Amino acid sequence: METMTSLSSQQPSADANEHQTNAQQRGIVILGATSSIAMAIARLCCQPGSRFVLVGRSEENVSAVARDLLVRGATSCDVIVADLRAREQYDDIVQRSREILVSIDLVLIAHGVLPNQYEIDRDVRATTETFLVNGLSAITLAQMFCIDLADHGGGSLVVLSSVAGDRGRRSIYAYGAAKAALTQFASGLRAAWAQHNVHVMTVKPGPVDTPMTHGKKMPFKTTPEVVAKAVLRGLQRKSSTIYVPKKWRAIMWIVRHIPERIFMKLPF
Amino acid sequence: MSGPLHVVESWGRFPRVEAADVQSPQWSSDLGSQLQSESVLAYGCGRSYGDVCLNEGGRIVHTRHLNRFLSFHPSTGILRAESGVTLEDVLNLVVPYGWFLPVTPGTRYVSLGGAVANDIHGKNHHVAGTFGCHVRALELVRSDGSRQVCTVSDHPDLFAATIGGLGLTGIISWVEFQLVRIASVFVQEVQERVDTLDDLIDTTVSAEQQSEYVVSWFDVTVGGSHSGRGLVLRGDFVKEEDGSLQQHVLPKPRLSIPREAPSWLLSRPTIRMFNEVWYRRSFRRIVRKRRHYVPFFYPLDTIARWNLLYGRRGMLQYQCVVPFDGGREALREIIGILNKKGVSSFLAVVKTFGNVRSPGMLSFPRPGLTLTLDMPNIGLPLLTALNECDRVVREVRGRVYPAKDARMSSEMFLETYPEAQHFVSFIDPHCSSSFWRRVWKP
Repeated sequence: METMTSLSSQQPSADANEHQTNAQQRGIVILGATSSIAMAIARLCCQPGSRFVLVGRSEENVSAVARDLLVRGATSCDVIVADLRAREQYDDIVQRSREILVSIDLVLIAHGVLPNQYEIDRDVRATTETFLVNGLSAITLAQMFCIDLADHGGGSLVVLSSVAGDRGRRSIYAYGAAKAALTQFASGLRAAWAQHNVHVMTVKPGPVDTPMTHGKKMPFKTTPEVVAKAVLRGLQRKSSTIYVPKKWRAIMWIVRHIPERIFMKLPF
Repeated sequence: MSGPLHVVESWGRFPRVEAADVQSPQWSSDLGSQLQSESVLAYGCGRSYGDVCLNEGGRIVHTRHLNRFLSFHPSTGILRAESGVTLEDVLNLVVPYGWFLPVTPGTRYVSLGGAVANDIHGKNHHVAGTFGCHVRALELVRSDGSRQVCTVSDHPDLFAATIGGLGLTGIISWVEFQLVRIASVFVQEVQERVDTLDDLIDTTVSAEQQSEYVVSWFDVTVGGSHSGRGLVLRGDFVKEEDGSLQQHVLPKPRLSIPREAPSWLLSRPTIRMFNEVWYRRSFRRIVRKRRHYVPFFYPLDTIARWNLLYGRRGMLQYQCVVPFDGGREALREIIGILNKKGVSSFLAVVKTFGNVRSPGMLSFPRPGLTLTLDMPNIGLPLLTALNECDRVVREVRGRVYPAKDARMSSEMFLETYPEAQHFVSFIDPHCSSSFWRRVWKP
């Protein structure tokens, strides 16, 4: 952790928030807070009483997100600057989050990178790196926060996976393999910790129109706002796995059932 | 990160041009590197009509991901936000605190960057001036790598050049402006029917002495003695607190146009029919109503992508301002030209511009009468008719609004915007637009 900035003292809207009386304390931890989907979810969670810990790599950018959330009505936003590829920082992140928020209701694991598969086909290092960030680091943090939530009476853990994890496809298999690992891990985690009052929800968006997918041709692009709404609905209903938009559940069912000999020849 | 050739459209969907690449940076800190291309133009919501937001063969920097608020002080109503934040985002945030936009156009799907770059105006120009009049500060990213915070006192020339500067002075990264107080989300509206153009203008002028928001609509498709029949609409926010602010929810568009309509849909007969129905929508001459501000300010926002109704060929808007002195005759002449050429327009809009001066160097509004026309692009007859209108406007020393223009000649622009000679020295060497290359031929 390089620095830590609490912006809560600068909160601009505290005085005028008083007219909203249903203020309820809510502690939210977001890993990968600068991702578009994470930002959209955080904005929907912004109400008086919402307290955030935002974890991201660039201090400047995470702070921009924090300021935005404070203007939109969050009660406090603390920033933890960390590179989530570095395993050594994980303990600290979990511990600091707990110290800052005391009670944590929601943990969102949203960090990730999407390389161009065709560019890394021959690049072993980049492939490993992709797996590290999207897979291993997400899995490790999911487990650590799950334990932490269980030890403190429970909470919700939202894992951002992807439809790309449903089958290894020619155009996206390095990313897809990491997301597949994450999906399977989350599924086990859900079963293992349900009795400890931890609700693990797997989110599988189709392609989302974000800077990450900019310039890439993808079918049925949706927006971060649509994903965010679906996530909040899923949390209310205590869903296990949600596809966004819903049609991806059917599409991926078909994709999973295409015989491999045919599948190999498909261009996507 | 360069994407493929990309069609970026303006709201009029004319002209159709392709940019060489389209970027959508996520962070304001990325803007400096985006300017390291030869020809760059920032693009917000694409709600200007002609080619001011287009950059054929160059780079388009889409600001949609720059949509974060930086600060808001509910006690003073001062808001600072990134340039891709839309007026809708602003309303969602500030209305529950009892604040409202100081100036709003007829749509809330406009970015703050676009509002500044086109120095937009609204129904309250006669009292509030343009959007630029309420801007306290803005940050400009230039291709030399600098980021300059411009205000009336810091870099005042660059500040003045950027307001109404059509995005040519650099990329605006954030804007800080002053909001206005409201006590309710409701507007007390008075709608009055008038039968002639003189009547329309007189009623508009007197309405502006009583009300904050005034706009008039008239039917250009009718000639003869009924020429200029229309409706004068005026309104003021309800002054008493009624608790409506706290329940404020902005509606989403109820209807969306899925694809281009066939071109005959909005042609002369259907436009005539529409205008007739609009004019006769009420039996009484004067109608008073209490309405939510959304239908009052943004009637067309209920239909998403309504510009597709004009079909493949798109539409042209024409907005001119003519001085009060000789303005009526000029408007009458313009209507005559359009009728003679068989050009029909939806909802011709008339309003007056007041004396509030904008800090913007190239800002369009000046005191006088302004007329706005929405016309299906029927090609040559329309273009020749509009060139004749330009001649009339020029004779009375009026001018045409760049944000709605797709066809004005270079001579017309240079003659009616003498400020442009001074303005060019503030243009960023890496910024350009299709509009600018069309009109700037000194």
